[in-house]
Amino acid sequence: MNKQRLRAKIIKYFLQSCGSLSIVIVLLIFLFLFKEALPFIGSPGLQELFHSVWNPVSFQKEEFGIYPLITGSILVTVLATVIAIPFGIVGAVYISEVASPKEREFLKPFIEILAGIPSVVLGFFGLVVIAPLIKQMFDLGTGLTALTGAVLLAFMAIPTIMSISEDAIKSVPAAYKEASLALGASKLETIWKVVVPAALSGIVASVMLGMGRVVGETMTVMMVTGNAPIISMNPFTSVRTMTATIAAEMGEVTIGSDHYMALFWVGLVLMLMTFILNMISYRVLKRYGIHE
Amino acid sequence: MAETENKSKVHVDKMDFYYGAVQALFNINMDIAEKKVTAFIGPSGCGKSTFLRTLNRMNDIIDGTRLEGKVMIDNSDIYSPMTDVVGLRKKIGMIFQKSNPFPKSIYDNIAYGPRIHGVKDKNKLMEIVESCLIKSALWDEVKDRLDTSAMGLSGGQQQRLCIARALAINPEIVLMDEPASALDPKSTLKIEDLINELKKDYTIIIVTHNMQQAGRVSDYTAFFYEGHLIEFGATGQIFTKPNQKQTEDYITGRFG
Amino acid sequence: MNNKRTGEKIIYWTMRGITYSVVLFIAYILFDILINGLPAISWDFITGDPEKSGAEGGIFPAILGTLLLVVGTIVVALPLGMFSAIYLTEYAKQSKFTQSIRMAIVTLAGVPSIVFGLFGLGLFVITLDFGSSLLAGSLTLACMVLPTIIVSSEEALKSVPKYMREGSLALGATKWETIYKNVLPYALPGMLTGSILGVGRAAGETAPILLTAAAFFLPELPTSVFDQVMALPYHLYILATQHPEAQKILPMQYGTALVLLLLVVGLNFGAIIFRIRVRKKYKW
Repeated sequence: MNKQRLRAKIIKYFLQSCGSLSIVIVLLIFLFLFKEALPFIGSPGLQELFHSVWNPVSFQKEEFGIYPLITGSILVTVLATVIAIPFGIVGAVYISEVASPKEREFLKPFIEILAGIPSVVLGFFGLVVIAPLIKQMFDLGTGLTALTGAVLLAFMAIPTIMSISEDAIKSVPAAYKEASLALGASKLETIWKVVVPAALSGIVASVMLGMGRVVGETMTVMMVTGNAPIISMNPFTSVRTMTATIAAEMGEVTIGSDHYMALFWVGLVLMLMTFILNMISYRVLKRYGIHE
Repeated sequence: MAETENKSKVHVDKMDFYYGAVQALFNINMDIAEKKVTAFIGPSGCGKSTFLRTLNRMNDIIDGTRLEGKVMIDNSDIYSPMTDVVGLRKKIGMIFQKSNPFPKSIYDNIAYGPRIHGVKDKNKLMEIVESCLIKSALWDEVKDRLDTSAMGLSGGQQQRLCIARALAINPEIVLMDEPASALDPKSTLKIEDLINELKKDYTIIIVTHNMQQAGRVSDYTAFFYEGHLIEFGATGQIFTKPNQKQTEDYITGRFG
Repeated sequence: MNNKRTGEKIIYWTMRGITYSVVLFIAYILFDILINGLPAISWDFITGDPEKSGAEGGIFPAILGTLLLVVGTIVVALPLGMFSAIYLTEYAKQSKFTQSIRMAIVTLAGVPSIVFGLFGLGLFVITLDFGSSLLAGSLTLACMVLPTIIVSSEEALKSVPKYMREGSLALGATKWETIYKNVLPYALPGMLTGSILGVGRAAGETAPILLTAAAFFLPELPTSVFDQVMALPYHLYILATQHPEAQKILPMQYGTALVLLLLVVGLNFGAIIFRIRVRKKYKW
């Protein structure tokens, strides 16, 4: 009898420790980012991060200013979001309110495929198809620009925005719609003036979630944005994002060097940015009872 | 407060029950007679199902529930920290409102309990399956298709299968939570006949919102209202000359 | 009135156009890679070793490496994710602790893949001294897919009706017996499909393994979990961006991209079909 109780207890504690694993991993991630980044504070000092030149490999003076990396990430992210929003939201509205059930059954899994395309394949496609196209269209010296990255990343954000916005739209009570239709509003007016506004905070959260995905994207941006660490808000210039910097340079640094630690600081900033975006959208979506 | 002259199987003493901060049952005192049928009646939300589920501690699986007072079965307090809940439930079969056969074969449904309790011998299992199906008056209908899915049975058959499944663990008490509420009149009648048959061997406690049913099958009836046990006594007395005004109002259909 | 109707029709068609342009874009990617990749694929390409730093020959070691990473990830993450989901659905009560677990899962799901790479580098490669290896890469990818596995496993467990649990408990089964015999068998197909979807994404990931497992060229196939591996996504990345003659070896790149795409999309597609079929089978 007591043996049975002991067994039940052991099982419970075992499962509980598996359950707490997620917490442990999150803590470990923060811990190891900090641990590897920490000595940088002593030498060369934290202020070295806060300026506008990133030139980590140099015989004269190594520079670790992360501003150009941050602006690079922001430029690409904002552009990608701006491009993704109309497609994502209109698509969500179309799928949930306009499309026939048959159409929906085709559209949803098909767009799910987009989310499944590996980022390196998307980057490759961007490199050989989109970049030359953009070079030609805007008559640029190179097709590897912030815009090229943004176009591809937009398509990475679209499935996220679409599926979560759709959930938010679906959770709008039918009574709202019926009331609007009963007042003589057309279906279209009802959609845009009643349904979408009612689902707005969910839609905004979906956009933020999509942004979180875009900020963290590595391979595609590394392959198509040209990787020039300059501060620019011009979509037609080459930029370098935080993610691409880590991925491109980490392979070549000496472990424990200033450069190595600086890259971990970049990782920390990145982690913090995505963490904030995710937490805000999580809070909002929780009210809808929507989980990722 | 309420007493019966037969040997008591279940003894409930000053019991209060809470869902979180909400009190669902108030100061319940009751003795339930062995090998008789006791019916709990009352309007929905009156606490009769909650009370039934305290008797085999099924409420334990709901977060934040709490019980004060005593529930004794065969003179041992089932809420004492020493109680083996699993052993307790082995002694008590339960039939749910919605028939809930597992999506397994008819045979495996009934063998589920005995297997859990360590019966491995195939002949022995077959013996149990057969005797339980005979007891639940289902044998003749399913004996040729024991290995087909239980989900293919009709609603009434499913419920009788669940009764057979509960009997297979060889319980002393059988709890029934509105066992016929989802069934047609003919199936209901079959279940009621079955209850009459089963009370020879088992102590049966049945929750029902159907007063005719309580009148037909039970020896004792308890009337619950808003978490209180209003009146408890022999079924004949409760239905013909209740002591309480509320009982009379409910039975004569003035509310509920 | 008529004008209004025409206007509405135009808006509907615009919405349709915007939605289908996304579909078209996806179709175009798939089509482009299929058309250009197919000619590059041959038996030798699939089973051969790379020659002249990937300019010729095959990609077998990269395919094998990716498959090994996927298997390693599944072996580590699947049981942990499933147990974690069982804890959350069957055992966890509403508490601060449970809430922190949920928060951690959401956080984990949002961590950029390159940050997982940094983490894997710091913990597995350097601190635990696994070196850049199959083991370090699999563990890193496992951490990354854990939230997906947990969330989809939870959904599968929740879809098993409550009465299955009550019925079993009422027969005197213990909580674990109930879960093991009367819940898991019905939830398992759903748990598996959801997990495959998550792991499929891991197969295509480059950033985490860049820092923890992958090498561009290895003369030998890996023989232990402490060996480095080649991997399809990394191979494609190098061929497309770092190779001195990147323009000339386009067919090799397309071939690699197609194999990777088939692997990942195939995995996802299989999982989705399986899910639809299982859903039809289990209807309570």
